[in-house]
Amino acid sequence: MHTGTTDTEVIGRVLKGDTQAYSILVDRYRNYVFTIVLRYLKSREDAEETAQDIFIKAYRHLADFKGQSKFSTWLYTVATTTCISFLRKKRPEVHSLDNEKIAGLADNIDGGLRANTIEQKSRATMVSKAIALLSPDDAQVITLFYKGEQTLEEIAGIMGKEPNTVKVQLHRARARLKARMEEHFREEVRDL
Amino acid sequence: MISEEKHEELNEEMEARLWAYIDGIAAPQELSAIEGLIATQAAWRARYHELLHLHEALGSLELEEPSLRFTRNVMEEIARAQIAPAANKYINNRIIWGIALFFILSFLGFLVYGFAQLDWSAAADSKGTLGINFEKVDYSRMFNNDLLNIVMMTNVILALMLLDRYLSKKKHALRGS
Repeated sequence: MHTGTTDTEVIGRVLKGDTQAYSILVDRYRNYVFTIVLRYLKSREDAEETAQDIFIKAYRHLADFKGQSKFSTWLYTVATTTCISFLRKKRPEVHSLDNEKIAGLADNIDGGLRANTIEQKSRATMVSKAIALLSPDDAQVITLFYKGEQTLEEIAGIMGKEPNTVKVQLHRARARLKARMEEHFREEVRDL
Repeated sequence: MISEEKHEELNEEMEARLWAYIDGIAAPQELSAIEGLIATQAAWRARYHELLHLHEALGSLELEEPSLRFTRNVMEEIARAQIAPAANKYINNRIIWGIALFFILSFLGFLVYGFAQLDWSAAADSKGTLGINFEKVDYSRMFNNDLLNIVMMTNVILALMLLDRYLSKKKHALRGS
């Protein structure tokens, strides 16, 4: 994942007063945290603001990180709990179904993606868009397993679940993803 | 001829075992068993390749990227922030254990008082365990003081509330929120 200074070394430096060293951790994990947050929040604007808040919160509580787990595991835990709190506070937007422009919102993701499948041949882009159609929990477990370099036990700790539950959830999330991909990206799935 | 439900069940079991194999979390004996099934059975082989392709596609997942100003925004904000002292420095364990000891001693005190109210001499029996026939002991005299019962129940409730607060603080400290 990265070479050079380890997370533990950087944290040690920050705790001794070298605040600027924290930018190493931010650069190292910003994409991971932003991706996790975007899976929950869907809006890039909200996700960017929340992801920044997560790093600031992690900095404030850096003294609580004991090194018993990986720093990434601890950071993703902070990210997950922050996203869940955010979603609980945020009220869902209510739109009038009489508004023609707004009525299209319900089909926006599905319809737009189908229209773009001809242009978007990238396997990674297709997978990413299919994941956006999953529930936040399903998207989270897939992202943490495939990109977050977390074991099932670590993911269980992050999501506050039993490892066996996470194993089953991962299995079901992949099945649902496969179904979504077959439904929306039939041609690309055949190419796979 | 197997039913559709049974067929579905078998399919799910096949997928679960193949995923465990692909993820590398299957036990060694199970690994050999699955390798054998993939080698000898066309249905297993086909499903394995299908799942492996999905697995590889997920491996090529790209991360989303925030704006270019992201790190600078964070660093500007933390320049104003301070690192909080570690939670275990302000949750003083000696105080927690002191309070816990108080509650434990209170409960033991109540129990001793309760047992002391009983008339043990009336139940004396040389054939019984410890020289007492426990069936003859009049337990109605135990904790028959309403005020004492109220104080004891209040102690129980306070102890549970304290335990809940302590565990909640520990949980928040661990999860960093």
